[in-house]
Amino acid sequence: MVDHSSPPRPPLSTASLAIRLACIGGVVAAVAGAFAYVNGTFDPQRLQPKTLVNALETNNGIHPGFRRNHAKGVCVAGYFESSAEARAYSSAQVFNAARTPLIGRFALPSGNPYAPDGSVPIRSFAVQFSQANGQQWRTGMNSMPVFPVGTPEAFYQLLKAGAPDPATGKPNPANMPAFFAAHPEAAPFLAWVKTAKPSASYATETYNGINAFFLVGADGKRQAVRWAVVAQSQDAVGDTAPAGSDFLEKDLVQRLASGPLRWQLNLTLANPGDPLDDASKPWIGEHKILNAGTLVLQSSQAQADGDCRDINFDPLILPSGIEASNDPLLAARSAAYASSYLRRAAEVSPLHRTPQESKP
Amino acid sequence: MNAQPRFFAPLARLLHWLMALMIIAMLFIGAGLAASVSERHEWLIHLHKPLGIAILALVIVRLAVRFSTRQPPLPGDLPRWQVLAAKASHWLLYALMLVLPLLGWAMISAAGDPVMLSHSVQLPALVSANAPLFAVLRKAHGYLAYVLFFTVLLHLAAALFHGLIRRDDVLQSMTGTQD
Repeated sequence: MVDHSSPPRPPLSTASLAIRLACIGGVVAAVAGAFAYVNGTFDPQRLQPKTLVNALETNNGIHPGFRRNHAKGVCVAGYFESSAEARAYSSAQVFNAARTPLIGRFALPSGNPYAPDGSVPIRSFAVQFSQANGQQWRTGMNSMPVFPVGTPEAFYQLLKAGAPDPATGKPNPANMPAFFAAHPEAAPFLAWVKTAKPSASYATETYNGINAFFLVGADGKRQAVRWAVVAQSQDAVGDTAPAGSDFLEKDLVQRLASGPLRWQLNLTLANPGDPLDDASKPWIGEHKILNAGTLVLQSSQAQADGDCRDINFDPLILPSGIEASNDPLLAARSAAYASSYLRRAAEVSPLHRTPQESKP
Repeated sequence: MNAQPRFFAPLARLLHWLMALMIIAMLFIGAGLAASVSERHEWLIHLHKPLGIAILALVIVRLAVRFSTRQPPLPGDLPRWQVLAAKASHWLLYALMLVLPLLGWAMISAAGDPVMLSHSVQLPALVSANAPLFAVLRKAHGYLAYVLFFTVLLHLAAALFHGLIRRDDVLQSMTGTQD
């Protein structure tokens, strides 16, 4: 065997030692520097998940245990009954099984959990479909047909325009008009807002997925779609919101007490040329719409200890057979929701206890 | 008695260099996705999960190789504190290679999310859904990744110290090169 005990090496000259130490330092510094670059340390302007969530906290205050956006809501449960129409387009089990159980959540869009129900015309509906094969489909939908802006950067600017002025505690009234003047892409959203009124019920709204996705068939064929759930219970036209600030949850509980509530799940197939990466743009003209089935809600729970509380309605949790488009808002929603979820998951206990303590 | 080996076993060396690449890539992927809201966040997370499971599988093989082969000894003249630092940092590296993928897997499970390695490959949940547990696991995953990164830097600096300053056999025992 080789004698591997090292023969004594001649000592390094001071200059050689210095160069070698500098080499080691240089290699370590290069790796650490590359890591810091990736981490965003050298780029404080980079939009990060925490930047968006911090902006929401600035605008709404910090409400421990609550979602940083769409904070006020109510949990619901039921199932989805598929029709045959989507089966040729998507291999997802949700469209192929007869029934898929679901947990959902209706909410107001603001990050303030005490916002009056009549304060905004937008309502949202998030759903988690739990397929028998363990895969899930989560989607967060809103009553507006388009998003105000198409990119996370523009959304961040929108949040900043709504930030309270430290001097007055209220947003500067000039900021929002200035934002919309600089963002003409918001025109379709603003046109919708003009006609929208705060509804008296969650049950009468249509909720739009807004972002585009792909249905992927068993044959691997991809079809771009946007989806929406259309309420099957429509009240008389002109039914407006009652007085008070907490009527939506009461209305929902009342309606569910007298029977299940139903929505039709529509999948709008993209035409060639429809924008797939810009949620601020409507799809205009005739479109083929698939009726994928019926979403049925049977029960509700207060969100403080309801089954929806600990669900992050990340729009990129998708089953095999549904895939994301390259809409930049999808990745941003996924990343920011994860940051909000981590913050509130660490705070769940206070939210959980509050209603318990208030009971006699 | 056989003489002490001069090199790590060939399989141990292969695993070391393969995993070195994977782990450094993994640390950069993790840092990049956590600091981004762009599409990069999405494609990095799709790399992060299968790569993490691959590292978990490889570290199990690696520990088996480590326990079933003989290791070249450290130089006899190495100061005692450096011997201790070498041993402690190696076991810390092994522990983190094993724990970080498990934490990642467990935290996704605790969030109640399906553990998807691709569009259709799903792993079972490691723990049941539990939001406060998710918060603890997610934070541990982030902080321990930094500990791993700093330990890797220390390991790199120490290897170069052996190769360039001490000029003993330690670096060669892993590169497999002769003098």
